Amino acid sequence: MKSVDGFKEMPLLSLKNVSRSFGSTRAVVDVSLDVNQGEFFGLLGPSGCGKTTTLRMIAGLENPDTGSIFFEDADITHLPPERRGFGMVFQNYALFPHLNVFENVAFGLRARHQNKADVADRVASALELVQLPGYDKRDVHELSGGQQQRVAIARAIAIEPALLLFDEPLSNLDVSLREETRSELRELVTRLGLTAVYVTHDQEEAFALCDRISVMVGGRLMQTGRPRELYEHPSEISVASFLGRNNLIRAMRLSSSKTTAGEFKTLDGGHTLRMNVNHDELAPLNKPVFLTIRPEHVRLSTNDGDAENSLRAQIREIVFAGATSTVRLDANGLMLEALVLRANELEVNQECHVVLSPDRLMLLKN
Amino acid sequence: MKMDRAKRKIRLHQWRPVALLAVTAVVLIYGVVYPNLAVVITSLQRAGNWTLANYREVLSQGSAIEAIVSSLGLSAGTVLLCALVGVPLAFLFERFTFPGRRLFAALAALPLVLPPLVGTVAFIFLVGESGILAHSIQNLFGLENPPWRLRGWPALLLFHTYTMYPFFYVFTGAGLRRIDASLAEAARSLGASKSSVLRRVVLPQLTPSLLAAALLTFMTSMASFSAPLLFGGDVRVLTLEIFRARQRGDFVMAVTETVILAIISLAALIVFQRYEGTRRFAAAAMKGAPRRREIIASGGARVLATILAVVFALVLVLPVATLFLVSFAQEGSWTTQTLPSAYTLANYRRLFGDPLAAEVFFNSFTMSAIAAVAALLWSFCVVTLLRRREGARTFAGESWRRLLSLLVLVPWALPGTVVAVSVAEAYGRPGSLLGSFVLVGTFWILPAVYFLRFMPLVVRALQASMEQVDPTLEEAAGSLGARAWQRFVRVTLPLVWPGAVAGTLLAFVIALGEYVASVLVFVPANRPISIAIASELRDFNLGAAAAYGVVLIIIISISMAFAGRLERLRG
Repeated sequence: MKSVDGFKEMPLLSLKNVSRSFGSTRAVVDVSLDVNQGEFFGLLGPSGCGKTTTLRMIAGLENPDTGSIFFEDADITHLPPERRGFGMVFQNYALFPHLNVFENVAFGLRARHQNKADVADRVASALELVQLPGYDKRDVHELSGGQQQRVAIARAIAIEPALLLFDEPLSNLDVSLREETRSELRELVTRLGLTAVYVTHDQEEAFALCDRISVMVGGRLMQTGRPRELYEHPSEISVASFLGRNNLIRAMRLSSSKTTAGEFKTLDGGHTLRMNVNHDELAPLNKPVFLTIRPEHVRLSTNDGDAENSLRAQIREIVFAGATSTVRLDANGLMLEALVLRANELEVNQECHVVLSPDRLMLLKN
Repeated sequence: MKMDRAKRKIRLHQWRPVALLAVTAVVLIYGVVYPNLAVVITSLQRAGNWTLANYREVLSQGSAIEAIVSSLGLSAGTVLLCALVGVPLAFLFERFTFPGRRLFAALAALPLVLPPLVGTVAFIFLVGESGILAHSIQNLFGLENPPWRLRGWPALLLFHTYTMYPFFYVFTGAGLRRIDASLAEAARSLGASKSSVLRRVVLPQLTPSLLAAALLTFMTSMASFSAPLLFGGDVRVLTLEIFRARQRGDFVMAVTETVILAIISLAALIVFQRYEGTRRFAAAAMKGAPRRREIIASGGARVLATILAVVFALVLVLPVATLFLVSFAQEGSWTTQTLPSAYTLANYRRLFGDPLAAEVFFNSFTMSAIAAVAALLWSFCVVTLLRRREGARTFAGESWRRLLSLLVLVPWALPGTVVAVSVAEAYGRPGSLLGSFVLVGTFWILPAVYFLRFMPLVVRALQASMEQVDPTLEEAAGSLGARAWQRFVRVTLPLVWPGAVAGTLLAFVIALGEYVASVLVFVPANRPISIAIASELRDFNLGAAAAYGVVLIIIISISMAFAGRLERLRG
């Protein structure tokens, strides 16, 4: 794989065309992805999209029906989990109820037959890292949810894992604790120089934590990229609608336009919109396609009637949400949503102009 | 006027828990505390003086020591064998899925619902020296004598394993289901091999379940009476020794041995309760446990597992099938043949035509119904007191509630022999708590004993139902203006009745086949089914004995099916 620097390292973890079905349900379909050394990698998607199954296959808890998994260039597809050396943090923490905090964290070290002094040292430092020093003699039942979660993390990092796997580890915490733990987690992984794969259905969480994210929908991997890339240039409707709010505009490319600048007619409202089309194959003539624009990119004005892609619209509803307000608009039957910082001057039923700037409009793969 | 009503309300409010407490206390004092105290006192007295002479005398006799050692040895052996059979079966059927699995799983608990006497009789017909198995081997190989005699230790251990292995099977299975599957996965991801997961994660968490099963098996085996009586041979066990001592009129010996048996059983109960507690605790600490997917074994293992399931299912069904077969056998048609040579409905015709048989059924039905309904009504009192919110008004605190639930459990933990002997001792002569009324020798002794023996089942069933009712529902009803009785009738009762009735049915059918206590205190006026079976057996009316057993099993099956439906209704 060549890059600008002339050469790029092999990825640490590689999934190649991995599929897994449960009975007639195809949980994971032909997923390929690469995770690089030191990367915090996210698997994001709605529940039931196959992200947890993918993670479990990486961990070795599930075997792929087809496809292979490589780690440091070695095929680990059928390696049992205990021989992979990956730490995993479970959604319900999976702390051993019959063992105290120390023994929970020491579990993996004992499985590796380390000597007593080493075990004690490494348990102590793992507990220190998750800010639970001195909790070693506690029973796991005595701990709060947040503390149990930290013990689960300490247990996973104590084995100095080659890869750290997280299965929605924050979903059992309450909101304020979740954000706090989130930043601590990211900091900890970076400090230890670990590579992590993180499964979540929470877009905000994935964006805050991950260097790169794969979005999965219906068992398929739809798009992989940096958070900003995914947000600003979703390639598919499913990705666009899963990541944040979006205006979906059904439109048809006009046969009259022969230039690179595409000209589209919206099916609702019959407006003419212009935008740059880089890939001709994405927008065949006379076939309905989806255009999309984020609400925060929809501009409202009272005098911009001449700007490109300016439509006349009527304000239907204004929803106040603190720092921002959402304005619902009706442009001759085309329903749009705009996010504005100040809605003071706006009123319901007011007539105004909506500007869908051509460089903010995107064309989606169907 | 308004003031009056308010005052009355307050008085009613205080009156209710006091009444509940009074009813509960009277039953426990008359039924549990006093009879048990009475046997202890009798065992410690001689001619009105306090002395240990009875114990010295009993313990100096070889037979008593032998009985204690035999009972303990038999129970220890039973626990070991039941564990060896029940635990692997539970692992096999809980962890894996294969053809035939459901067949066995559906039948696994069958021996538990078989009345002990009926089970014993069925066993004699199947594996006894003149039973089907022995005859078929004898005829197959042309042997002169039966290949074995169903007597003594091996016979008892075999029968106990057959009837009590379900404790281990059921408890281990439930324990395995409770273990969070992600724990094993976490252990694997931390580097533990499959065998090390079993050793370090699964077994430690299973220990409380295994101990509970062991204690339950131990207690049941200590109380076993029918099998030692019918094919124990020379094996002297405590229950049997107590029965024989009473038969020959040696009441002091009977009472003293009863106390010894009671102490052993209660010790087991106390340990059992502790482990049951920790089991619940561990389960409560779990959150969000995903279900374990059952692994489908393949190839040879699959065939082997299927064969195993079918064989075990057959083993479970065979004694009952034998009982059915023998119930249709013509009297005298089954001597040396493998199977009875002539079949008839005569046994059943006799059962339904004979006024004596009708009376026996009538007695058992009436007495069991009285006991079960009384247990249901009384358990509402107990469970109300045991509930945290209600109980808080009457009791000082947790320790009182624990005492109450312990007292309720005592008759359940005590062997039927002990319950019968202690009631007989307490109410066998005038001047007891009942004044000049002597309970022993009347019709009422058996309903009373049945009530005591099986009310813990009803209390537990009702308690389990009540625990599922959110206490805020009653509070909500209260806030809407419902009085205490309205809250009970309109909110609590509709939610708990299926569970309560299911528990009552269970108590009813178990009482229907009760033998151990009945044989000690029955009188001609209340001769129950089990006594009739035993006497038919003694007269070698095998077909008639079997027919009684079959009718009992049919009644039990119908009731259990009905109870199962009710349980589902609740869930």
